[in-house]
Amino acid sequence: MIEVDNIHKSFGEAHVLKGISTTFETGKTNLVIGQSGSGKTVFLKCLLGLFTPEEGSIIYDGKRYSELTDDEKRDLRQEMGMVFQGSALFDSMTVEGNVRFPLEMFTKQPKSEMEDRVNTVLKRVNLIDANNKFPSEISGGMQKRVAIARAIVMNPKYLFCDEPNSGLDPKTAILIDDLIKEITEEYDITTVINTHDMNSVMQIGEKILFLKNGYKEWEGTKNEIFKTDNEAVTNFVYSSDLFKKVRQMYIEERN
Amino acid sequence: MNYLASVGSYAIMVREVFKKPTKWRIMKSLILKEIDELIYGSLGIIVFISFFIGAVVAIQTALNLTNPIIPRSLIGFATRQSVILEFAPTFVSIIMAGKVGSYITSSIGTMRVTEQIDALEVMGVNSLNYLVFPKIIAMLFYPFAIAISMYVGIFGGWLAGVFGGFLTSTDFVTGLQSEFVPFHIAYAFIKTLIFAFIIATIPSFHGFYMKGGALEVGKASTTSFVWTSVVIIILNYLLTQLLLG
Repeated sequence: MIEVDNIHKSFGEAHVLKGISTTFETGKTNLVIGQSGSGKTVFLKCLLGLFTPEEGSIIYDGKRYSELTDDEKRDLRQEMGMVFQGSALFDSMTVEGNVRFPLEMFTKQPKSEMEDRVNTVLKRVNLIDANNKFPSEISGGMQKRVAIARAIVMNPKYLFCDEPNSGLDPKTAILIDDLIKEITEEYDITTVINTHDMNSVMQIGEKILFLKNGYKEWEGTKNEIFKTDNEAVTNFVYSSDLFKKVRQMYIEERN
Repeated sequence: MNYLASVGSYAIMVREVFKKPTKWRIMKSLILKEIDELIYGSLGIIVFISFFIGAVVAIQTALNLTNPIIPRSLIGFATRQSVILEFAPTFVSIIMAGKVGSYITSSIGTMRVTEQIDALEVMGVNSLNYLVFPKIIAMLFYPFAIAISMYVGIFGGWLAGVFGGFLTSTDFVTGLQSEFVPFHIAYAFIKTLIFAFIIATIPSFHGFYMKGGALEVGKASTTSFVWTSVVIIILNYLLTQLLLG
């Protein structure tokens, strides 16, 4: 579980995060949504420890990040997996090399054990026969799956995803969403996903945090988001024609 | 003020490079890869430039020797001194600042733009040690490349001098051996080692701390070349004053 307590983050005069507090539960897919520039990425980078909030604290299963020593922070980071928006795979390494990288860096496993683990996670993300290909030789959807495989290869306790299905076709996007949800439940990890894709909200949003201009505007579940009267949330959710029509049908049915 | 802040950030970066080292098993292969990219991959251009620079120095010296009292062996002497003291260590380093420096800045800068550096840091890897340290170690082999440059430069001078009909081979070798000061070789290699560190670290700094997208990667490469060259030229002056002055 991750507890976020009143965090503030500024860059120069720009106050990006303004007192955000929330809780992300283990074994659930937690979604952070909001328009571009709402502070989602900065919030995620604070959770990852890449940015240090000026105020407030982040607590990972009882461990307050700001009170940890450098070594403890490094150990905690090894319990985190991250799927970046652009996958962030290492260009100079093959698919197998990318997935094996954290094992080589942080474990003393023999080569055969590493190979077994790499093959297991690649199989788990449905990537077979791509081991020796380079990131530039595979599709965007496959790159995302490699990034997920790399993020889970160390059995993380926390999984963070920054817009994991941006730039993907709707079918592949659904596959990626499903995969993240399955992995979250299977490995019992705390997953936090940044997205502005309403399909993801509908599909995997067990808990949703809505950010607006750096504030926490709303939080709830995917069922609650369609019933809320919060104007900012409804404007965001029903910004697409498809969802407008769905809502219209819902209201007509209810009446 | 900005320049001072950059100097401070550069110093902090250099300190961070030597902290929290990457596993030797991984570092070893990174170092070998960088030696291949930075040193072995540059030998062709170093040999090409050195040969013709040595040849031109010999021809220029010969053409300016109009006084019959001055021995022709001076051509060999001037070629040796020019190549060993300046052209090999300094001129080639400026070329390397362009070739190797822009490669370092663009490769690290691209990793920054595509969030690969963030990925390393999220995993708990000291990205500066992982990316920059192997380049510094690889550049320790740079004096070997400069030794080759010296040899080829003098050979170019001999070839141009003798086959251009400016002097005999014996005259050239006589000039080459006259008033040889062994410390000049040490001076050249001390300079080379310091330039090697500069060529590895300043471009890394510009790549690592760059902000923006692909266009900024190009701009960072140009800026890094300018600053690496400026620092090499200034250090060349200071080291010459300190070691030979």
